[in-house]
Amino acid sequence: MFPSRFRYEAPHSLDEAIGLLHDGGDYAKVLAGGQSLVPMMKLRFASPEFIVDLNNVPGLAYHRADPDGSLRIGALCRHADLEFSDLLKGTQPTMAAAAPLVADPLVRNRGTLVGSLCHADPQGDWASVMLALGGTVIAQGPGGRRAIPLTEFVTGPFETVLEHDEIAVEAVVPPARGVRSGGYLKLERRVGDFATVGVAVAIETSGSTVIRAGIALTGVGGSTIGATDAAAALTGKPLTADSIAEAAELAASVARPKTDHRGSAEYKRHLVRVFTSRILGGTATTTGATAERAA
Amino acid sequence: MTMVYDDLGDEAEEFPVRRIKFTINGRKKVAEIEPRLLLADLIRRGAGLTGTHRGCDTTNCGACTVLVDGRAIKSCTMLAVQVDGREITTVEGLASASELHPIQEGFKQEHGLQCGFCTPGMMMAAKGLLDRNPNPTEEDVRWALSGNLCRCTGYQNIVKSVLWAAEKMAPPKLSEREPEASAGGESERESKLAETSAGNTEA
Repeated sequence: MFPSRFRYEAPHSLDEAIGLLHDGGDYAKVLAGGQSLVPMMKLRFASPEFIVDLNNVPGLAYHRADPDGSLRIGALCRHADLEFSDLLKGTQPTMAAAAPLVADPLVRNRGTLVGSLCHADPQGDWASVMLALGGTVIAQGPGGRRAIPLTEFVTGPFETVLEHDEIAVEAVVPPARGVRSGGYLKLERRVGDFATVGVAVAIETSGSTVIRAGIALTGVGGSTIGATDAAAALTGKPLTADSIAEAAELAASVARPKTDHRGSAEYKRHLVRVFTSRILGGTATTTGATAERAA
Repeated sequence: MTMVYDDLGDEAEEFPVRRIKFTINGRKKVAEIEPRLLLADLIRRGAGLTGTHRGCDTTNCGACTVLVDGRAIKSCTMLAVQVDGREITTVEGLASASELHPIQEGFKQEHGLQCGFCTPGMMMAAKGLLDRNPNPTEEDVRWALSGNLCRCTGYQNIVKSVLWAAEKMAPPKLSEREPEASAGGESERESKLAETSAGNTEA
């Protein structure tokens, strides 16, 4: 299989890339890792007339902590960079848990977090993680930069608020106000398959009190679902068996799963409940996630 | 190498062919290609290196795995035009003129293949792992090969093959030797231990 014909440019600066997109009209696409776009082009689900490849733009392959504690992930930071990042291990438990569960190791060597957010697949793992963490996307266009919270970034399946001449140049996780904990659990039939269900939980505690909570669901609706009521049920008090059970129930109630070859709607909703309480109960480690994906 | 395309006539200006330069298995190459050509095709049909296999063609099976600038990737899911200025290693780049690469030797020793279709991809994914982590656990190997499918072996011998290669490539480490290491390794360790204690006695 091969894609339909397109024009290709690989500019060496963001300004040049934005200029090309601006002149390129509606059917230009930005190429970063290409691990969703290229398969879609091969299957002719997408036939862009113009590809603007970011891979020659220097200075986008970073992830770093700013002095204020926020984490910035550049547009060419690959999933594998995050998987093997020492920076994430101590400070970003939800991201560290999710990174090894994205697609497969070969795809992770090429695909990018920012690209995954822009692809806006309801089964994308990073959108849930970033939503749970209260993240933002920084978009750059001819008029400059703007910050778009994840809650406003995705408008539907495979749709975002990005203008045709805007490039998502980085994703930002805000600084923690307390001590961060959390995780990501995903059930998939085999490595590289789309998630049957994924749950991202990000908690910040001060002493024993939860001061911020975020819960988001992968693969159980037309887009990534933020379980805001479940998160609200956790904040302002310590984590207890009761509050965990309540949050898990509320998270399951906002899931909108459909019965398909990966499982029944009832089963998927049940998994949301189980994963939420398992992460909150602290039983979710990377090893736990491994066992889960093998199940 | 020659790639032959349809003559688009007036439309040709709209989809210009691009000239790229790249290195494959240490050799410098130039090619004129359509931007929609996939890396797997540049390697197989352009460079004539058919060791890189095309299996599923949908980013699932990993038979087309090669290294681009040292990272193992699926060559059916990258545009050939993107390797302009970059370095590719395929399975043909593993062996030297007279000697198999330890990964290849491992697959031979541990019976890591049956039909052999997935083998080049398995080896290149293994190369990517061992370059990054020369001392992997079995779990590390299984994790690193989880993007490669094999329909014959049940994976057990593939994992053993990669561990065999890791052992062969690693500088001998006294403390980290497995007790089940080959008899030679074991006696070597014992003699080294004896040497050490003898040295201690002398001191």
